[in-house]
Amino acid sequence: MTAPAPSSAQPSTALRQKLAGLGTRRRDASDAGGDRGILSGHDRRKRGVRVSMAGVHVVLFVGLVVAGLGPLLWLAKAAVTPTQDTLSHPFELWPNGIDWANLETAWNDIHIDQYFLNTIWVAAGSWFFQLLIATTAGYALSVLRPKYAPILNGLVLATLFVPAVVLLVPLYLTVLHPPLIDTSLLNTYWAVWLPAAANAFNILLVKRFFDGLPREVFEAARTDGAGPFRVFWSIVLPMSKPILGVVSVFAVIAAWKDFLWPLLVLPDPAVQPLSVRLPAVQSQTELDVFLAALAISTLIPIVLFLVFQRLFLSGAGLGGAVKG
Amino acid sequence: MSTTAIDQTDAPAEAGAGHPSPEAAARTPSRRRRRTPLTWLRGGGLWNLAFLAPMLIVFGVFSWWPIARSVIMSFQKTNLISDPVWVGLDNFARVLADPNLGTAVANTLYFAGLALLFGFPLPIIMAVLMSEVRRGKGLYSALAYLPVVVPPVVAVLLWKVFYNASPDGVFNTILGWAGIPPQPWLQSPATAMPSLVIEATWAAAGGSIIIYLAALIAVPPELYDAAEVDGAGIWRKIWHVTLPQLRGILFIMLILQVIGTAQVFLEPYLFTGGGPNNATLTVLLLIYRYAFQNSLGGAYGEATALSLMLAVFLGLLSWLYFKLTDRWSTN
Repeated sequence: MTAPAPSSAQPSTALRQKLAGLGTRRRDASDAGGDRGILSGHDRRKRGVRVSMAGVHVVLFVGLVVAGLGPLLWLAKAAVTPTQDTLSHPFELWPNGIDWANLETAWNDIHIDQYFLNTIWVAAGSWFFQLLIATTAGYALSVLRPKYAPILNGLVLATLFVPAVVLLVPLYLTVLHPPLIDTSLLNTYWAVWLPAAANAFNILLVKRFFDGLPREVFEAARTDGAGPFRVFWSIVLPMSKPILGVVSVFAVIAAWKDFLWPLLVLPDPAVQPLSVRLPAVQSQTELDVFLAALAISTLIPIVLFLVFQRLFLSGAGLGGAVKG
Repeated sequence: MSTTAIDQTDAPAEAGAGHPSPEAAARTPSRRRRRTPLTWLRGGGLWNLAFLAPMLIVFGVFSWWPIARSVIMSFQKTNLISDPVWVGLDNFARVLADPNLGTAVANTLYFAGLALLFGFPLPIIMAVLMSEVRRGKGLYSALAYLPVVVPPVVAVLLWKVFYNASPDGVFNTILGWAGIPPQPWLQSPATAMPSLVIEATWAAAGGSIIIYLAALIAVPPELYDAAEVDGAGIWRKIWHVTLPQLRGILFIMLILQVIGTAQVFLEPYLFTGGGPNNATLTVLLLIYRYAFQNSLGGAYGEATALSLMLAVFLGLLSWLYFKLTDRWSTN
């Protein structure tokens, strides 16, 4: 307990403030900007600065719309444009009419519907197991704290320093011949869910958050006769919604994005998620239908992002805070 | 029911373990003088194990054991039929003698270098500009982060269409507006790697921008006030206040980017498959080929040997890097 405790004390308070500010972050940000940044109020009143700030606005707006939104808008347009028009006039808006049938063909004939379900299944399982492992381990290491906790904590954190590439081949062979059970996990979702759950970063995030929760509440609950499980389920988890939200977003996004690992352990097309299936069907699919398939696959993450925008952005900033 | 009763009686002992305060530290040794299986059980030892079990199983099987196994396997000849055989340093020797290794290392360095050149300063500049605008910050952050939300596979496949080398391709049409002749993009060994890096930068910049924005908010405004009292202009405030305040996060992001780009796989695999003429063959793609694309069946030993060499190289690099930057930041 000696070595990790002091070093983790400081970031954990910082993290707590960050998380406490999750809901109010945008207001905080604009307040800080309103308070002052690099430019002082005096600077902003200067003519040259005013003109350049207007220029900055234009550059930021045009640049970000073109780079951030442009490719997606183009994809949305191309998804309902016949192949020939996309190939010969990529920037003309439907010179020969809109082809809505692309979307239907992609959904039914390339079976985007099925791969979509597979992707959701992969993401849901990864999310569940990542939360399960992160919360139980975080609770044991932070609240229950047996004598050997620092050793386990060190072993978990050590895996953060091992680059993912090292795991690729041995993990694949482990999935082929897992210990104790006699069947290969190949082509089962366990092969994606369980390795995803062995995520030290999640445990680090959750444990640091639990470290910052007030001990007095746990003591009071214990005095009232609550056992370790009840403290975990009825007190610690409800108090930890912000961090569980962050871990959930990370888990779902990572599962949605993952390509190489599902490619290796799910060779059967019937169970493959979109990320693995899309490159595979490319060569046998007409371009307009393929672009429609790409557009459909992008829709859900974009909608999730727009709905949970604040959680995404604060989660991304939080990732930086922890790395720092 | 009985477990709750046990817990109640042992609550003070657990409180002592939970608080590393001096008085608790002084109290606990006397309470823990005799440790028997019974005291362990009564102290909630079973509960501890129950909560740790999922993590121990999952990490044991899917993290700790494979890490150990990668070291073992790099000294073995492994196939899926017969038992592994110890072969000493043969795997390493064979990898080092592979003529493709030099190409792969050079290409990976080229990718990492270009990615640093394009991808490291851009998010910093964007974040500093975005933190100074007063209206529309939320909109700008969302727009900047949008490419990060697009699944990487979709992004690469879409950009592959953009990179269509015909004069009517998306990017070539845009270049045509500016009077620039069409480029071969992915088709030519000279332009293939920069094309990959441009897409990778587009896909990753948003995440870095958000991290820098969060760091910029944490810069104490008093420092700017003080710099102004000393007569600093805008550029000197950026140079002497903003960047030094971001130093820690900049150092971390730099090494993380190097570690990430050294393991680049998705872009070369999906864009070009390592071509044309091995111009985009990276180290990770070579590892993948050893293990999963070899006509003779999986060369797992060679693949783990190369993974291990890459990991050790990255480990040494980070260690050296932190040693160096540590000296700079204490000065």
